[in-house]
Amino acid sequence: MEKAPIKPQEKEASVRINGFDEVVSCYRQEEALKEAERCIQCKNPTCIEGCPVGIDIKKFIFQIAEKDYKGAYFTIKEKNNFPSICGRVCPAEYQCRKTCVFTKKGAAFASEKAINIHFLERFVGDWGMKNDSGHMTQDTRHMIRGKKVAVVGSGPAGLCFAGELARKGIKVVIFEALHKTGGVLRYGIPPFRLPSDVLDFEINYLKELGVEIIPSFIVGKMKTLDELFKDGFSAVFLGLGAGTPSFMNIPGENLCNIYSANEFLTRANLMSAYKFPEYHTPINIGKNVVVIGGGNTAMDAARAALRIQKIKKLVPSVSIFYRRTQDEMPARRLEIEHAREEGINFRFLVQPVEFAGNKDGYVEKIKCLRCELGEPDSSGRRRPVPIKESEFNTTCDLAIVAVGLKANRLLTKEVPGLKVDKWGDIIVNKETMETSLKNVYAGGDIVGGEGTVIEAMGMAKKAAQALISRFSSR
Amino acid sequence: MRILEKEVLIENKDARITRLDIESPLIAAKARAGQFVVLMAKAEGERIPLTVVGVDKARGSITLIFQELGFTTKLLGTLKEGDELFSLVGPLGHATEIKNYGKVILVGGGVGIAEIYPVAKALKSAGNHVTSILGARSKDLLILESELKAVSDQLHITTDDGSYGRKGFVIDALKRLLLAKTSLRATEGSEAISKQEIASSLASLGTRNDRYDLVYAVGPIPMMKAVSNMTKEFNVKTVVSLNALMVDGTGMCGCCRVTVGGKVKFSCIDGPEFDGHVVDWEELNKRSKIYCKQEGHICKLGLSWKKHP
Repeated sequence: MEKAPIKPQEKEASVRINGFDEVVSCYRQEEALKEAERCIQCKNPTCIEGCPVGIDIKKFIFQIAEKDYKGAYFTIKEKNNFPSICGRVCPAEYQCRKTCVFTKKGAAFASEKAINIHFLERFVGDWGMKNDSGHMTQDTRHMIRGKKVAVVGSGPAGLCFAGELARKGIKVVIFEALHKTGGVLRYGIPPFRLPSDVLDFEINYLKELGVEIIPSFIVGKMKTLDELFKDGFSAVFLGLGAGTPSFMNIPGENLCNIYSANEFLTRANLMSAYKFPEYHTPINIGKNVVVIGGGNTAMDAARAALRIQKIKKLVPSVSIFYRRTQDEMPARRLEIEHAREEGINFRFLVQPVEFAGNKDGYVEKIKCLRCELGEPDSSGRRRPVPIKESEFNTTCDLAIVAVGLKANRLLTKEVPGLKVDKWGDIIVNKETMETSLKNVYAGGDIVGGEGTVIEAMGMAKKAAQALISRFSSR
Repeated sequence: MRILEKEVLIENKDARITRLDIESPLIAAKARAGQFVVLMAKAEGERIPLTVVGVDKARGSITLIFQELGFTTKLLGTLKEGDELFSLVGPLGHATEIKNYGKVILVGGGVGIAEIYPVAKALKSAGNHVTSILGARSKDLLILESELKAVSDQLHITTDDGSYGRKGFVIDALKRLLLAKTSLRATEGSEAISKQEIASSLASLGTRNDRYDLVYAVGPIPMMKAVSNMTKEFNVKTVVSLNALMVDGTGMCGCCRVTVGGKVKFSCIDGPEFDGHVVDWEELNKRSKIYCKQEGHICKLGLSWKKHP
């Protein structure tokens, strides 16, 4: 008989919108066991193909079912140093769960029935945190001594790369431009999805491995890559992130109270602006907030804005404007569901064309066009086509633009000889992730545009393996 | 990030302007005129940009000068020698393009005088004829007079109340200079320049030696706007250093976006210097006031916080 998928406990929507506490609970042991038992342990497991870092999913689920949680923890750790992070933020429905045998072939994303691999991964990761199994016994047989490697950026790619090298005994120093570590995991993803203490735990594990992290240090400005090499670093990994927010380039976009999602989330998450004035960074909020975009960042910004409205004792009113329909939204299905439960209003097939403001320069209205879906574009999603003379206006006193990111050229333009493509992304050898400069590697969004946390980690891992084999062959 | 030296340059009922020398060998080694740092005074603090006014490479320190205007600058003003900043990064933004332009005018208003100082110094050593115009509300609010004097061929001072130098605004002094080479003289106190005045002024500018090649201005937004509007009439290239609000200062958030020549630019990575003739001043001015309300609120709380630490 077919068993129903197990959903983890969640905080009630009406309760959780009052703050930034985590929404989804960890599986309790009996829930994890039930979910693990749903896995049919395929002879040729297809789920693993869907994982950018190739976790042995079949094995760790089997170990959970056997109550060998420690074994499961090390199975994941073999491939992924950050199970508690990935278990929370991986868009599993587009990755391992999509290739799970329970998902219909050709589906856009995973079926409900697909095993909840991400929740199981989180269960195992959190078990490791609780039982302080962070420090894995190191395989000391093939240690590489006497090498020092610099990592630029402490986001998913940088952290993963550092972890891989540190496990081989290589000295790693991470340079982070901001005053806190974690990159997008810290400034972008709100604590209600990824609590700070989880991030701290996973980052501390790296420190235990001997990784040194230097915050408030901008490579390219405070030291050039050449100077790092002169300081004795044998190689450099660039995990710079995508960095710079895109705007729509429509009239009125610089009116007051129009934020990029990056700015809004950075103020809220990194600077804790929702705790103003205890924290000194201010953030504005509106009575009618409109978020433009359909990705995870849009969901995060909308949900953060709604919480700030609640904190400021306003009647929550946040709408997400997206130019296609829910099916084409790149956001995780779970985030869309959570946003809906929390009372966020979705308006599909609308495209903003102009913002209008009041005399003080604050946004007051958005003018939009209605769209219909046309032929599929290069992403395979149906293209939104604006309908002529379908203009309408919506009241809006705060807008958040979440339409994507571009490469940040702050560092890349300071490095002579480093080749970038027309979008400013760093060009790498796809096999090794080495850039046009010898011993300079890159991974994450600065290579692949906007990807997921685990995709960034996949690239970082590839780079780490290439560098380790270069070191070993000498 | 340790404060090596602190000096209160100005302290009276209207204003407090402070100089801090902060230990940061890496920033001191790299910073050039026109660049800025982003700092946090405390862990729970805001990130704010401040222009690097000077560097001491031997000591490995940078000099910052700021006026206590908002909560964070007030908080910064409470720090003492030996205290550590929570965070300090830089040097950020493009450095000023230093070369021999010929004859340059530097205009500094209020604490903006501190920001023109490194630029004046660099332009002077690049061989320029440097004229500096310093403006303050009154004599007791004027900073760095002797420092600027040392790097300028000509120095003009204006005070709003006439307590020192000439009574009036920097813009009046600028107008006198721009018109000086013509038979016409600016009418004292007149706000606008007539088309005729400009036309005859321009017509009489025969050779390159007769005119100024660059105006560089830093100060309050209305001052930079007025300077740019005036120099545009005289067709003199004008560079302004904008003080847009910022968070990270590395191009990550877009808080500091400003429209320049119809294009959206980020002050932090595309600036902070721009062609003053094409900056959308009205937009910048409005955007600079986005957090006035919160600022007022936290400043009120701040006073009580000072009493009961």
